[in-house]
Amino acid sequence: MAQEAPAEEKLLHVSVSPHLRDTVSVPKIMRSVILALTPALIWAVYIFGLRALWLVLVGMMSAVLTEAICQKIMGRPITVSDGSAVVTGMLLVYCLPPGVPFWMPMVGSAFAIAIGKQAFGGLGHNPLNPALLGRAFLLASWPLHMTTDWRAPAMGTMSGIDAVTNATPLAVLKEAHKVLADPVSTTEQVVQAREAVAQLSSSYGNLFFGNVGGSLGETSALLLLVGGLYLMFKRYIGWKIPLTFLGIVMILTSAFGGADGLFTGDALFHLLSGGLILGAFFMATDMVTTPVTFRGRLIFGAGCGVITSVIRLVGGYPEGVCYSILLMNAFTPLIDRWTRPKRLGEKGLRQE
Amino acid sequence: MGEFFIILISAVLVNNFVLARFLGICPFLGVSKKTDTALGMGMAVIFVMTLASIFTNLIHNLVLIPYHLEFLQIVTFILVIASLVQLVETVLRKLSPALYHALGIYLPLITTNCAILGLALLNVIKQYDLTRCIVFGLGAGLGFTLALLIMSGIRERLQFADVPKPLRGVPITLIVAGLLSMAFMGFSGLVKM
Repeated sequence: MAQEAPAEEKLLHVSVSPHLRDTVSVPKIMRSVILALTPALIWAVYIFGLRALWLVLVGMMSAVLTEAICQKIMGRPITVSDGSAVVTGMLLVYCLPPGVPFWMPMVGSAFAIAIGKQAFGGLGHNPLNPALLGRAFLLASWPLHMTTDWRAPAMGTMSGIDAVTNATPLAVLKEAHKVLADPVSTTEQVVQAREAVAQLSSSYGNLFFGNVGGSLGETSALLLLVGGLYLMFKRYIGWKIPLTFLGIVMILTSAFGGADGLFTGDALFHLLSGGLILGAFFMATDMVTTPVTFRGRLIFGAGCGVITSVIRLVGGYPEGVCYSILLMNAFTPLIDRWTRPKRLGEKGLRQE
Repeated sequence: MGEFFIILISAVLVNNFVLARFLGICPFLGVSKKTDTALGMGMAVIFVMTLASIFTNLIHNLVLIPYHLEFLQIVTFILVIASLVQLVETVLRKLSPALYHALGIYLPLITTNCAILGLALLNVIKQYDLTRCIVFGLGAGLGFTLALLIMSGIRERLQFADVPKPLRGVPITLIVAGLLSMAFMGFSGLVKM
C-alpha cells in the first residue's frame, strides 16, 4: 500500500490561484509602453531639436533615481528594473512644454515618484496617476514656465496657422472665443478672431502629423495613435476608456464648442489638438488607477471626456486632459464600488 | 437661474469648501474612513449648512443690522449653528441610531466646524440675499459631501495598500487631501465670480 502514495501525489496537484499563468509581466508591459511612446519621442527630437531628448532622459533618470532612493530608505527591495519609473518619467516630460529648464522634469519626476507613488507603497498602490500628479504639481508651482515655454516646430508655426503664431492651437481657440463672447470687442478684433477660428479648422493636417507647437510628446496625433493601437493590439490597454473618452469629447465639443450656437463646434480639431490622444491612450488606461469593471470603465472614460470638454470650453485653462484624468482617478474607488457586478443569485437576497 | 447655477457650481467644484478653501478639515479627516459613514456625515452637513445659511441670513438682516449689532456676528452665528446641530443630533438619535453612533463625536463637532461658520460669514461678505444663501449653503454642503466621498473611497482602498509605516493613518490621508486639492485646481477659472 505504501508504494502507491507517490502516484497519487501526481494525480492531485494542489496550488493556490491563479491557475492559468501567462508570460506577461510588469517589465514586459512597460517595455511595450516605452516602445509605443518612442515614435512620438523621435518626432519631438525632429521638430523641437535634441533638447527634447535630453529633457526626456533627465525626467527618466530622475524618476528612476528617486524610486531607488525611496526604496533604499524604506528598506524595501529596489524594483527600478521593472521599468514603471521610466514610463512615469517619460510620460511626465511628454506633457511639459519643450522649452522648460532642465530642473523642471527633474523636480517633477521626483515629486511624481516620491509623493505620488512611493508614499503609497509603490507600484499598484497609488490612487492617482503619478505622471499627471507631477505635471499638476509643476503647473501649480511654476505656472509661468508651464504656460510660456512653448517652442515652434522646426518647419511650421506654433499654432499650426498663419493668423496667430505665438500660442498653441488650443490657446488660440480659447483667446478667439473670449473675444467673440465679449460684447466690448471691436469689429476688427471680431474679424481677426473669426479668421483665426476658420484657419484652425483647416489645419487638420498640421495637427494630425504634428507640425504644431504644444507639449513635448503630444503634438503628433498619428504617431501616438500608432503607439496606442499597438498597445491595444497587444491587449495591454482596453478599448473602452479611450473610445468613450474621445467620443464624449467629440460630441460635447461639437455641440457646445462653437461660437454660433449649438452644433457649430469643431469636434475634429478638438480631437487632434492638445494632449487628448496621449492622455486617452497612455494615461487614462493606467491599470492601477482606473476602474476594473466593464461599466466602470465606460463611466471613467465618459467622465474624463465631460471634464476635459468643460475645462476646454469654459474653464480657466486651455487644456483639461491632465486634470480630467486625475479627477476621475480620484473617483475610481467609488466607481468600482458602485459598478460591482452582482454575484449569481445575489439579486433579491440582499435587502440593503 | 443662471446666477444660481454659477453659485452652485462655484461652491461645489471651483471653491470647494474642503479642497479649495480648506475649511472643515477635521471631519474631513475624521469621518472619511468608510463610505457609508461619509455619506451619512455628508447628508448631515448638507442639512445643517442649508439651514444655518437661512437662519444666519435672517438673523443678520432682521436683528443685527437694524440694531447695529454687527459686532456680535460671530457669537450669534455660533449660537445659531450650535442649536441647529443639537436639533440634528436629537433627530438622528431617534431616526437612525446606527448612523448616530457611527458619526460619534464628529456630529457635535459640526457645532464648532469652521466650514459652517465660514459659510455664514461668506454669505455676509458676498452680500447674498436669502435665495442665494440657500443655494450657496446647499452647494457648500454638496461640495463637502463630494470631497468626503472621494476621500472615503480612496481611504478604503488604502487599507490594502502597502503604505510605509511612518506615513500610515493621518499622514497619508493629509497627503491624499493635498493631491486631491491639486486635482481640483483644474476647475479654477470655470466660473467668474
